[in-house]
Amino acid sequence: MNAGRGDEAFVAFEHVQKSYDGETLVVKDLNLDIGRGEFLTMLGPSGSGKTTCLMMLAGFETATHGEIRLAGRPINSVPPEKRGIGMVFQNYALFPHMTVGENLAFPLEVRKLGRAEIEAKVKRALDMVQMGAFAARRPAQLSGGQQQRIALARALVFEPELVLMDEPLGALDKQLREHMQFEIRRLHERLGVTVVYVTHDQGEALTMSDRVAVFNDGRIQQLAPPEELYERPENRFVASFIGENNTLEGVVETISGGACTVRLATGEILDAAPVNVTRPGERTTVSIRPERVEFKPENIPPGVHTVEAEVLEFIYMGDVFRTRMRVAGNDNFVMKCRNSVGQRKLEPGERVPIGWAPHDARALDPL
Amino acid sequence: MAEIARDAPERMTAADGTPLKAALARAQGRARRRAFLLVAPLLVFVLASFVIPIGQMLHRSVHNPVFSANMPATTAWFGANPVGTEPDEAAFAALAADLAAAAEARTIGAVGTRVNYEMQGTRSLFTSAGRKADDLEAPFRAAMLDLDRRWGEPELWNTMRNVSSPYTANFYLAAADRFRDLDGGISRVAPERQVYLTLFQRTFLLSALITAICLLLGFPIAHLLATLPLRYSNLLMILVLLPFWTSLLVRTTAWMAILQGQGVLNNALVALGVIGDDGRIALMYNQAGTVIAMTHILLPFMVLPLYSVMRNINPSYVRAARSLGASSWTAFRRVYVPQTLPGVGAGALLCFILAVGYYITPALVGGASGQLISNLIAFHMQNSLNWSLAAALATLLLAAVLLLYWVYDRLVGVDNMKLG
Ligand SMILES: Nc1ncnc2c1ncn2[C@@H]1O[C@H](COP(=O)(O)OP(=O)(O)O)[C@@H](O)[C@H]1O
Ligand SMILES: [Mg+2]
Repeated sequence: MNAGRGDEAFVAFEHVQKSYDGETLVVKDLNLDIGRGEFLTMLGPSGSGKTTCLMMLAGFETATHGEIRLAGRPINSVPPEKRGIGMVFQNYALFPHMTVGENLAFPLEVRKLGRAEIEAKVKRALDMVQMGAFAARRPAQLSGGQQQRIALARALVFEPELVLMDEPLGALDKQLREHMQFEIRRLHERLGVTVVYVTHDQGEALTMSDRVAVFNDGRIQQLAPPEELYERPENRFVASFIGENNTLEGVVETISGGACTVRLATGEILDAAPVNVTRPGERTTVSIRPERVEFKPENIPPGVHTVEAEVLEFIYMGDVFRTRMRVAGNDNFVMKCRNSVGQRKLEPGERVPIGWAPHDARALDPL
Repeated sequence: MAEIARDAPERMTAADGTPLKAALARAQGRARRRAFLLVAPLLVFVLASFVIPIGQMLHRSVHNPVFSANMPATTAWFGANPVGTEPDEAAFAALAADLAAAAEARTIGAVGTRVNYEMQGTRSLFTSAGRKADDLEAPFRAAMLDLDRRWGEPELWNTMRNVSSPYTANFYLAAADRFRDLDGGISRVAPERQVYLTLFQRTFLLSALITAICLLLGFPIAHLLATLPLRYSNLLMILVLLPFWTSLLVRTTAWMAILQGQGVLNNALVALGVIGDDGRIALMYNQAGTVIAMTHILLPFMVLPLYSVMRNINPSYVRAARSLGASSWTAFRRVYVPQTLPGVGAGALLCFILAVGYYITPALVGGASGQLISNLIAFHMQNSLNWSLAAALATLLLAAVLLLYWVYDRLVGVDNMKLG
C-alpha cells in the first residue's frame, strides 16, 4: 500500500483537532493519509479518540480545527448522507422495524434505484455474506454473528469506496470474532474498498491491517504496518500496548551509530538500539520482547553484555515455556522459549546470565 | 435410585420415597402460598374497589325493580296477559290497588319517576292518582278514566308493561337515543330530542382532537428531552411535570382566568389593538375551552411514554440511516419515527382513554357546547337520580374503550406498548 504520499491520499486528515467541551482536546493535531484500497486500523485504548476521528470522517462530528479531505475534496461542510461512506456500527444499528431485506434495500431506495435493480443488488450483497436465506427475517431473529454480517452487507450494498467500522466485532465471542476477521479481510480484498477500522484489540489490528495507527491520548503514537509496529515500536506506549514486552530502566552510557549501551540501576550494562535517545546521560526505558531473550550461552550473540537473572517461576504452556525472572530489580521480566527438542527447563531459584541481539532491545523514551 | 429411574421413569420418587411429582408440588406449593399471601392485600383491594363496583354498575344498568317491587298486582296482570291485550277491568282493579298501597308506603313518587323515564310527563299522573286511590271504587276502569283520561292511553300501558320487568335493556336503548315503541319494536327518538348519541360523538371527536394536539405538542418536547444533555433535560422535565404536581382545580381555574372574555389573553389582545373590545374571542365555556384546558392537563401523559421510548433509541440508528444516504428528514421519517411508535401508541391510548372519561375540566370550562358524556353521567347520578341510565351510559363508555383497546392490540400489539 503506497499510502502517505500527500497528493494521492484518498482520505487525508490535516492538523485535525477536536474538542467537545471547549476545554480539553480529545483529538490533538491529527495528521493521517489513507491510500485508496488500504485497510487502515485505528488501534488504541478506550477513550483515546478513535471513535471521534471516525465520526468526524463520517460527518457526525465536526472538526474543531483542521481539514479532512476525501478523494482530494474537503468534506468539512458536506453532510453525512452526501459523503457516500459506508459504516458499520458497534451495535450494528440494524433497523429493528425492517426485515433484513428492507434494511439492505434502504440505501438503494433513498438513492432512487429501480425495483429490479434493488432486488438484484440486495440479493448479491446477501449472498456475499452467505446470508441469502435470511432476507425475510427481522434483525431480532438473528444471532449476533448473523447481525454482524447483515450490517456488513448493508454498509457495502451501495458500493461505497470507503467503509468505516467502529469495533464491529466487539460484541462477538472469540471464535466468531476470528472468523469474521477473516471474512472482512476477504471482502476487502475482493471488493478493493478502502477500510478504516477501529478496534482496541491489538491482535485484530495486527492480523487484519495494511497499516495500523496506534492512538493514545488523542494522538497517533505510531503509524506503521503490523510487522514494523511489533518489531520496531517507536515509543514506550506502543511497545507496551502491542504484544508482550519487558522494560528495564536505565541511563545511556555510550551511544555511537546504531548502537548504545545502557547502565541499569544495579550497575549492570546492556546493549540496545537507540530509538528515542541521542546523548549519553539521558534516561531511557529499554524494551525487549520476551521471545527475543536468550539464556543459553551459545544463543547469545558473541560480544554483547549479559545481565544476571534469577528465575522466579516456570510455566509450561505447551508450545512455549514461559519463565518469569527477576532482572535488575524487575520481578516481571518474562522470557519465552520454544518447547524444542532438548530445551532446558529452568528451576525457580536458578541464576542464569541472559542476553539478546542489540537490535532487539530498543532504548525508548523514559518513564 | 438411578436404576429405578431408568427402569420405571413414570414412577420417579424423591429421596424419601414420596413420588417426585408430589414432592415437587409440595415444594412449590409453599412458595406459591407465600406469593399469594403477598399479593392478597392488593387482590382484596382491587376486588373491593374495582371489580365489585363495576359489576354493580353493569348490573344496575340492566336491573331496575322499582315498578315490579311496588306495583305487584299490576306486574302480575302483565305477566298473565300477553303483549297487545287491552287492559280490562281486572287490570284497572290491580292498578288501583297498587296505587293505593304505593301511596300508603310513600313509594308512589319513585314509581312515577321510573315510568316517567320512559314516558315524559307521567310522574304527576301517578302522584295525583296516588292521593285519590283510596277513594276509588268499582268499576275501576271508569273511575280511573274519570280521574284522568290518560289512564286509558295504550302508550301508557305499554310503558308500564315495559318497566314492570325488573330486568330491562331499555336504559341501553335510552342511552343510544332509542326507545321501544307500541309494537315492541325499537325506534329512534326525534332528532331534536337526541342527546346521548350527539354527546358520545362529540366526546370521541374532542378526545381524538385533544389526543392529536397532545401528540403534536408532545413529540418535539419528548424528543428534546431525550436528546438534550442531562442537566438541561432535567430542567425541562420539571417544567413538563410541574402541572402534574399542581392541583387540577388550580390549573383549570388558571385557564379560566386566562381565557375568559374579560381574561388575560383577551385583555392583552384588546390592549395591543389586535381585536376590538366588542370582538373578544370566546375561548371559555365552549368546546375551545375544553380542548385547550384538557390538552394542557393530558400533555404529560403523552410526553412521558414518548420520552421513555425515545431515550432508549440509540442515536446510531439515525446515524446509520444518514451514512446510508438518507437525508435527515428521511432518516427521521423512516427510521426514527417508526421506532417511537410504541410510545406514540401508549401515549395516545392513555390520553384518549383519560379524555373520554374526563369530568371536572369540561364541567368547569366547557359551557354547554363543551360538555362530554361523563358530565351527563354525573348529571344522571346527582340531579335526575336515574342511576340505571347513568350506569348504562358508563357501561357503553367502558365498552367503547375496551373495543378501542382491542383494536389497538390488533393493530399495534399491546406488548409493543411502552408506558415508562
Ligand atoms: N459526544 C461526546 N461529548 C463529550 N465527550 C465525548 C463525546 N464523545 C466522546 N467524548 C470523549 O472523548 C474522548 C474520546 O472518546 P472516543 O472517541 O469515543 O474514544 P474511543 O473510541 O477511542 O474509545 C473520551 O474521553 C470521551 O469521554
Ligand atoms: Mg469508541
